[in-house]
Amino acid sequence: MPHAEPAPSRLTSPATSEDEYRPIADYAIVGDGRTAALVSRTGSIDWLCLPSFASPSLFAAILDRQRGGRFGIRPSGPFTSRRRYVGDSPVLETTFETADGTVRVTDFMPILTGSPLAREIASERELVRIVEGVAGAVELDIVFVPRPDYARRPVRLVERGRLGWFSVERDRAYILHSDVPFRPCDGASALGCRLRVEAGEKRYLSLIFACDDVAAVAPLGAYADARLEATFRWWDRWSGLCPYRGPYRAEVMRSVLVLKLLTYALSGAVVAAPTASLPEAVGAARNWDYRFTWLRDASLTLRAFVDLGHSAEGAVFLDWLLNTTRLSRPYLQVLYDVYGRTRMHEQELDHFEGYRGSRPVRIGNAAETQLQLDVYGSVVMAAYDYVIRGGRLDRFERRMLTGLGKVVCDHWREPDNGIWEIRGERLHHVYSKTMCWVALDRLLRLAAAGHVRLPRDRVERERAAIAEAIEAHGFDPDLNAYVGAFGNREPDAALLLMARFGYKDANDPRMVGTYDFLRRELGRGALLMRYRDGYDGMPSREGAFGICSFWQVDYLARRGDVQDAVRLFDRLLGYANDLGLFAEEIDPDTGEALGNFPQAFTHVGLIAAALTLERAGVRD
Amino acid sequence: MTDAVQIGAILFWGLVATAVMTTILEGGQGSGLSRLSLPYLFGSFVTGDRHWAYVLGFITYTIGGWLFAILYYVLFFYLGFATWWLGGIVGFLHGCFLLLVMLPLMPHVHPRMASEYDGPTAKRRLEPPGFLGLNYGGRTPLLTLLGQFVYGVILGAFLPVG
Repeated sequence: MPHAEPAPSRLTSPATSEDEYRPIADYAIVGDGRTAALVSRTGSIDWLCLPSFASPSLFAAILDRQRGGRFGIRPSGPFTSRRRYVGDSPVLETTFETADGTVRVTDFMPILTGSPLAREIASERELVRIVEGVAGAVELDIVFVPRPDYARRPVRLVERGRLGWFSVERDRAYILHSDVPFRPCDGASALGCRLRVEAGEKRYLSLIFACDDVAAVAPLGAYADARLEATFRWWDRWSGLCPYRGPYRAEVMRSVLVLKLLTYALSGAVVAAPTASLPEAVGAARNWDYRFTWLRDASLTLRAFVDLGHSAEGAVFLDWLLNTTRLSRPYLQVLYDVYGRTRMHEQELDHFEGYRGSRPVRIGNAAETQLQLDVYGSVVMAAYDYVIRGGRLDRFERRMLTGLGKVVCDHWREPDNGIWEIRGERLHHVYSKTMCWVALDRLLRLAAAGHVRLPRDRVERERAAIAEAIEAHGFDPDLNAYVGAFGNREPDAALLLMARFGYKDANDPRMVGTYDFLRRELGRGALLMRYRDGYDGMPSREGAFGICSFWQVDYLARRGDVQDAVRLFDRLLGYANDLGLFAEEIDPDTGEALGNFPQAFTHVGLIAAALTLERAGVRD
Repeated sequence: MTDAVQIGAILFWGLVATAVMTTILEGGQGSGLSRLSLPYLFGSFVTGDRHWAYVLGFITYTIGGWLFAILYYVLFFYLGFATWWLGGIVGFLHGCFLLLVMLPLMPHVHPRMASEYDGPTAKRRLEPPGFLGLNYGGRTPLLTLLGQFVYGVILGAFLPVG
């Protein structure tokens, strides 16, 4: 594993308090394809759900500094920190420098598949933290404050000899196995330790989780180092599959690694983000749970995987898409959990104050009750992209696609909530109609190639009728632009995708006019809002939407304005954090990351834009 | 009743009792009452692969259930009668033996079980059960006793003695 010192990135201010909320961009993600943890620049794991993404949290200090629970390692005095991911992996190294010395903390969640280590019994989930003295001596404060079930369950930590500290509740066991001399505090609901680490000294902390099963406690020392090496090798092999060698390789690799981290390994579903209720506007109520899979993201996500050499992930994701939706077939829900379940009852956690007071803190998602017709186009497009790249559909999947075509033919005339899930009156969203057109268009192409059976006359008729409706009611001649919904004059950034999905040529005057309209109304520097402030009926202002900003690049490259696209792309990349991670939104005034983090949709947009630039001839 | 029929009855009711007991224990585990899985503990004696440990464990556990059915039969035979309540008492005592003797013995004999004295090693990693199996959840003793009790009740009620 490479151990070059990290290049200096932005450094933290000294002696920050753990009582303060960190900026969202201060976090890094580590994970194992089943769940993910967020690690702050100050060495605190402030978010971790176990055993999977949408499970209740063990650490949620990102949503409530006092109650949420965390697992922190940091120098006891003033320090600066820098960090990096090791190679093309999600193994995180945070280096703390103090007046007395330097110490490095390595965080990872082991993946042992393909390694000889996989022959022995492994923990159900494990998060390993390795502390290594680099120079001098550093005094560290280490705190372990588990707060299971969103801090709704009591905790009592019990030491079991050399096996470590156990917190057991019903069928769940949380175990901290380490060679650090912890002392219990807060009524044995937390552990703390002040530890001096000399240069060359190593300490290990292994957080283990078991549910329903006898736990396995992994050994420390050289065995933990071996798990780190095996994990790094696994990621290195996986990353090596990516054929992209364009000028944005680092950004693209980090983005596809984020997608892989957000892919639930046991089903192939890709969750939108690993977090819940990080606010789209600080202090306001725009706080949603994104630990689910949105079908609207399907086609772009699948394309990102397949075009970057990870066709296995693409195939599994499509398989999940077409099979998990059996529960509701032939109708599609807006979102599903990683196992395809559709009931994500939304509730509010009143005992959490929310990130910087952003209340309410919501878990679950009420978008399950919405109607979004665009998801039909997204799913059909994903299947189409898969097939034209050599994939094969089985009989059930072909029937499923035919069923989706029938639903689109029957329902495209209805209003819906649109891609942005606006809670309120349903409208005839132009983007939804466009995606219905896309669904029928791709189905006709699949039928022409013999992959599906369709009543072609009817489907062709309906496709033409959709286009006629869009052109008649979705285009405003005065604005010279397509609008958000029939009969209104609102801009909608999703309309940029009309060119990408082949509904209109990027150079068509109507598309050019639409782009100008969107830039005029929604542009904030390089960034793009998704719609006008207040359009969603919520009182607070949200940030610019990450993926919409990247859609501009895609559009400009498609219409031949490649230099403008490159300049814009470079500016947008500057909004990533020091590790190349993007949140859902970006504050256009401050550049601050907003919303759930890291966000798959934004990284999908980055990948799509980079690949479009490459196809447009942008090389090193 | 011929010997063949007797043996057949022991095997049949032994299998039924084992299946019911296993269902209770695994059902309790699945519904979050305990993390104890006796089949898994047996299977992990011979393999470190969690999946194979379950498969092999269920096979050996079923064979063990049959063998214990023979022991129950021998006990009933010498007592001269068998009823459901006698079977229940024997099953209860069997469960107590398991909880008080067998489970605490595990860290000393199981090749993949760690102990609180030595900590985990490359091979010995499984969490030990502790007194009464309480490390695997507070309801583990109750669930285990219930499973063994029902096992005994079935054998006491249906084994053809005398």
